[in-house]
Amino acid sequence: MTAQLPPGLQLEKVDERIMTLNVGPQHPGSGHMRLIIQVDGDYIVACDPDPGYVHRGEEKMAEYRNYITNIPHLERPVIHDSCNILYPYCLAVEEILGLEVPERAKYVRVIASELNRCVYTMYWLAIYGIFLGHSTMFMWPTGDRELLIDLLEKITGARVTHAYFVPGGVRNDLPANFEDVCLRQVNYFEKRIKEYADIFYDNPILISRTENTGILSRQDAIRLGTTGSVLRASGVDFDIRKKEPYDVYENLDFQTNVLQSGDSYARSPIPWLDMLESCRIIRDALKKMPKSGAVRVKLKPNPKGGDVEVYRRVESGRGALGMHVISKSKPEPYRVKISVGSFRNLICMPYLLRGEKLGNMPAVYWSLNYWPVEADR
Amino acid sequence: MSSSDTTETKDTKKKRTRKPRTTKSKTKKSEEPTPAPAETTTTEISTTVPDETSAPAEPEPAPAPVEEIAPETEEKVETGDVVPQVDLPKFEKSLADKITQKFGSKAEVAYIKQDRIRINVKKEDIKDIASYIRDELNFDHAESVSGVDYPDENKIEVVYHLGSYTDPDLSKQILALATSAPREADPNPGRDSTRLPSLREIFYSVEFHERECFEMLGVYFDDHPDNRRLLLPEDWADIPPLRKDFSIKGR
Repeated sequence: MTAQLPPGLQLEKVDERIMTLNVGPQHPGSGHMRLIIQVDGDYIVACDPDPGYVHRGEEKMAEYRNYITNIPHLERPVIHDSCNILYPYCLAVEEILGLEVPERAKYVRVIASELNRCVYTMYWLAIYGIFLGHSTMFMWPTGDRELLIDLLEKITGARVTHAYFVPGGVRNDLPANFEDVCLRQVNYFEKRIKEYADIFYDNPILISRTENTGILSRQDAIRLGTTGSVLRASGVDFDIRKKEPYDVYENLDFQTNVLQSGDSYARSPIPWLDMLESCRIIRDALKKMPKSGAVRVKLKPNPKGGDVEVYRRVESGRGALGMHVISKSKPEPYRVKISVGSFRNLICMPYLLRGEKLGNMPAVYWSLNYWPVEADR
Repeated sequence: MSSSDTTETKDTKKKRTRKPRTTKSKTKKSEEPTPAPAETTTTEISTTVPDETSAPAEPEPAPAPVEEIAPETEEKVETGDVVPQVDLPKFEKSLADKITQKFGSKAEVAYIKQDRIRINVKKEDIKDIASYIRDELNFDHAESVSGVDYPDENKIEVVYHLGSYTDPDLSKQILALATSAPREADPNPGRDSTRLPSLREIFYSVEFHERECFEMLGVYFDDHPDNRRLLLPEDWADIPPLRKDFSIKGR
C-alpha cells in the first residue's frame, strides 16, 4: 500500500491506544475552530488548537482602505462587541491624526462600550450554559440581552455591527430622553443578572463539572501571556481600564474582580461579575456626563497622518485588545496589527486540556471566554 | 397553491434586488460626506506610491524625532499626568537608558513617548537584549508580535510588544522590541531564507504570534519548536499574504 501513495503523503504508525479526534471546525462544541485532540480512553493526552476556519484577512484589508472606511470591516471579528474592537483603533488613529475627542463623546463611548461588553458576555454566557447542558442558562441571558441590544439600537441604529465609534468621537449623539430609558433598562438588567447566581453559579451541576478542571496557575497565566478573565481568575489583578485608563475610565467608580483558584469554576463568574461592574460604570457615567456638547470632531475628507507608529489597547469583553497602527503619510494605514484577547488565550488550551476527561472539554474550552472569529480575524 | 408560491418568490426576489441599492445610497449619504470622495482620492494616491516611497532612503532614525514631540503633547492633555516640559517622559527615559547603558550601540532607541518605548536591535543581539529585558526590567509577556514588510528598504521587520503583569510600575508600559531581516524576494513557503531567532524560550507567550508571523510574512523563526501554519489553509500555495506584493483582487 505505501508504495502506491503519492510522494507527499505518508502513513504514520499509530499507537493503538491513542485515538485522534477532530473536534471541529464545524462542531458546535468548539465554535468555528478545530481542536485536534488525542484521547487515551476517556482522557485527553494532547490537544492541538487549529484556528483559522473563519480567517478573513482583516489586517490585509485594512491596508487598502483609509482611516474612515476601515471602520465597518474592522468590527467584523466580534460583532457582539463591536464598540470595544473599534475602541483601540479609534484611539490609535486619534493619536496619529492628532485629534482631541470632546468630553461628552468620551462618556458616550464608555457607555456604549460597557453596554457592548454586557451584550457580548450574555451571549457567551448563553453558549456556555447550553454546552454544560443547562438550557435555562441559554434562554435567560439570550432574553435579557435584548434589553441592552434595544438600548444600543436606539443609540446606533443597529442591533449588532454598530460601527458607532469614529476617530474623533462617535457617529451621532445619544437620542433624546436616553438617560432615563438607559437607567431603567440597566437597573432592571442588573436585577435580572443577579438572579443568575442562584440558577447557575451556585448550581451543583456547574460546580461538579467545572471545579478543579483546567487549572491554570498564577505563574503560568503570566508566563503564557493570557489576558482578561483567564488572567484575573488566576489571581493577577490586571484590567486595562484600571491600569492604563483610557478616555474617562479614571473618573469612574468601579472595581476589578479577581479570583485565586484558576480553575474553570473561577473563570466562569468573572465576566458575570464584570457585567455588574459595567452597570455601575454606566450609571456613574450617565451621572457625570456633560449634558450637552459636541460628540465628534469634524475630519478632513481624506485624513493623513505623519510617519508615526502607535500601539493602543483597551479592555474588551475577552481581555486586552491592542491595535498597532503604522502610518506612512498616506490616507491608508501602512499596517494594522490587531492583537486580540482570544488569540492570546488560545495558547493555554493545550495546557489546560491535557489530562482532562473528554467530557470536560466544553467546560474548559468555553470557560476561556474564547471567541474563535475574533482569534482568526 | 404552486402558482401563488411562485408569485410570492418573485415578489421577494424583486424586493431583494431593490433593497441593496436603496440601502447603499442611504448609508453613503447618512454616514458622512467623507467616504464618498475618499475612495476616489485613494486610488489617485495609490498610483503615486513609487514617487513618495522612493524619496526617503534613510531607514529608521529619520521619523523618530518627529514622533517624539508630536503625540507627546496630546498624551499629556488626555491623561493629565504632570509632565510639564517638552522633555521626554522620565520613567520611560530611565528604562531606555538602562538598556542603552548595558548594550551601548547595539540597542538603538527609536522613540520614547508616554508609556511607550521602542528599541531597534540587530537580529544577532535580540536574544541577549530580550533576556535582559525579561530578567532585569521585569517585562514578562508579549502582547503582540507584528511583522511589517518594507519592500523598498528590502527588509521585513518584526516588532514584539512586551508588557508586564508582575511589576506594578510597568503596568502602563509597552516596550516595543523590533528587529529586522533581509527580505527574500521570492519566498518559498515553508523554506524561507528570511530568518530570525525565535524568542519563544525567553517569552513563552510569543509561540502562536510567531507562528502567525511565519505564515503571514514568510519569516522563519529559528529554534521555534513548532514552525507550522496557524490561520492559513494547509494547501495555501501563494506567497505569504501580508507581504506588500500580495495584492487583493480588484485593488
